[in-house]
Amino acid sequence: MYGNDFPAPQDAPGGGLLGEVEAAETALREAAARQRVGAPGPDADLETYFVDVIDADQKIEPRDWMPEAYRKTLIRQIAQHAHSEIIGMQPEGNWISRAPSLKRKAILLAKVQDEAGHGLYLYAAAETLGVSRDELVQLLLDGRQKYSSIFNYPTLTWADVGVIGWLVDGAAIVNQVPLCRCSYGPYARAMIRVCKEESFHQRQGYEILHILAHGTPAQRAMAQDAVDRWWYPSLAMFGPPDGDSTHSAQSMAWKIKRFSNDELRQRFVDMCVQQAEILGLTLPDPALRWNDERQAYDYTQPDYDELMRVIKGQGPCNRQRMEHRRHAHADGAWVREAATAYAARQAERAAQRAAEQERVAA
Amino acid sequence: MNGPFDLALALGDDALIAAQRLAEWTTRAPEMEEDVALANIALDQLGAARLLLTYAGELEGAGRDEDALAYLRDDREFRNCLLVELPNGDFAVTMAKLLFLSAYQLPLYTALAGCADERLAAIGAKARKESAYHLDHASLWARRLGDGTAESHRRMQAAVDQVWPYVHELFAPFPGAPVDPTTLRAAFDATVDPVLAEATLARPADGWAPAGGRDGRHTEHLSYLLAEMQVLHRAHPGAIW
Repeated sequence: MYGNDFPAPQDAPGGGLLGEVEAAETALREAAARQRVGAPGPDADLETYFVDVIDADQKIEPRDWMPEAYRKTLIRQIAQHAHSEIIGMQPEGNWISRAPSLKRKAILLAKVQDEAGHGLYLYAAAETLGVSRDELVQLLLDGRQKYSSIFNYPTLTWADVGVIGWLVDGAAIVNQVPLCRCSYGPYARAMIRVCKEESFHQRQGYEILHILAHGTPAQRAMAQDAVDRWWYPSLAMFGPPDGDSTHSAQSMAWKIKRFSNDELRQRFVDMCVQQAEILGLTLPDPALRWNDERQAYDYTQPDYDELMRVIKGQGPCNRQRMEHRRHAHADGAWVREAATAYAARQAERAAQRAAEQERVAA
Repeated sequence: MNGPFDLALALGDDALIAAQRLAEWTTRAPEMEEDVALANIALDQLGAARLLLTYAGELEGAGRDEDALAYLRDDREFRNCLLVELPNGDFAVTMAKLLFLSAYQLPLYTALAGCADERLAAIGAKARKESAYHLDHASLWARRLGDGTAESHRRMQAAVDQVWPYVHELFAPFPGAPVDPTTLRAAFDATVDPVLAEATLARPADGWAPAGGRDGRHTEHLSYLLAEMQVLHRAHPGAIW
């Protein structure tokens, strides 16, 4: 009875957004079925052709010519996304060993495993742009590529696991659903798959919080405390306000990005207000109120100075997260070397056997 | 107490503690694919643990569910073998533990699948398929590490030497159980010996054979593992999660 006391799926978080993911998937199939903008002739201007494909809402594929800046922007964005999945395993992984029931332990373990899977297929999507996973991992380890700043905050209680699912995965979905229509085919397809799983994760986080919010006074306090700590960092996940965003305009033109940071942030706030009411938890913003004129909620902006400090390495866990990743990578070096040596030896033996057979046959 | 209850509890504890140790690798594995694989195996073990502990609770008839058994017993009440509670060590130690555990669980679950107790038979039928995959995975890594580089060979041999003594406890008689573990040793040897040989690893000599897990006499490690696993559940008595 406790496990089923939730809003029906269409009211639960992710319901409407999941519909958008499916619509994007349908659009993707239709675009693939449509005759592509006629292939470029030998004398055609490749840049014009590229623009035509994007204007026709069709997908750029790995074999297509693309401007170098488009390629670089995509590599940066997809790699950052992949790194975020891998680093993002740490804050939640922190609670696997202490999960308060075996069912929750299994769900959390599976979720963190999904994130490793997302990291893997995002790295694979980046590799279609002519960069290797090893290179990208090295850029992360050297601190030359970023991951989402949200993962530089600590998970202090079990309720943080619920809030990460509800707010952090929720914000990620709002950010990522438009990417399902991204102009670069491999990224759009990866995002469709990621969004479907993220939506499932968000549902699970919401369920954890719902149970805590309707549990003992201590559980309820734990849930509210976690919401208080994660609300503003979650709002900051949409990036700086539109005026200050450095990459936005060009990405919009290339249909890599389809909505501005502030548009997506507003969409997220509007979604969360109603969900918080159902949960019976309070969003820590006294200025939060419905604006009839704008048909949206007015809300307090997150502290963007704090966001900049965290991006620059001054968050509570930046050093811890990076040290953990570097440590795991260095500790595993001898294992990876062994696997490479073994594979080489197996190949050598197979070649010898083949040569031997040939000699016997001759 | 009866044989099926004791066996369900012991095997449930084996799987639970193995899952807890394997899950410690999450975010720490030598490569990303291995992070996914170890989580998979941990999830299989956890799944088997939940089925076995739930059934043990029903057989006991005292109203204890899987969580009461997992979270509200002290180390002296746990019945897992010592092998699974040993610390993970390096990746070679973890693979040696998994190789021996899966080479034991595979014939055990297979035998269970044919036993008269229908619930245990169903659990055995499901879990043996998973054990076969765990065994494949651990065998492949034993060969890669044993026959990899000089360093990986040294580490894998050291791991096998370190873990080997804990294998003997697995095949001790289990009075009243629907499966007699002493009958499984031949299958274990037939699996493990060729893997060690292919991996260019020496099978350690038998000798010291620590035991006591099935009677609740554990290593010093288990109490720490449980302290971490149980801390949150015990801090909120009676709460629903």
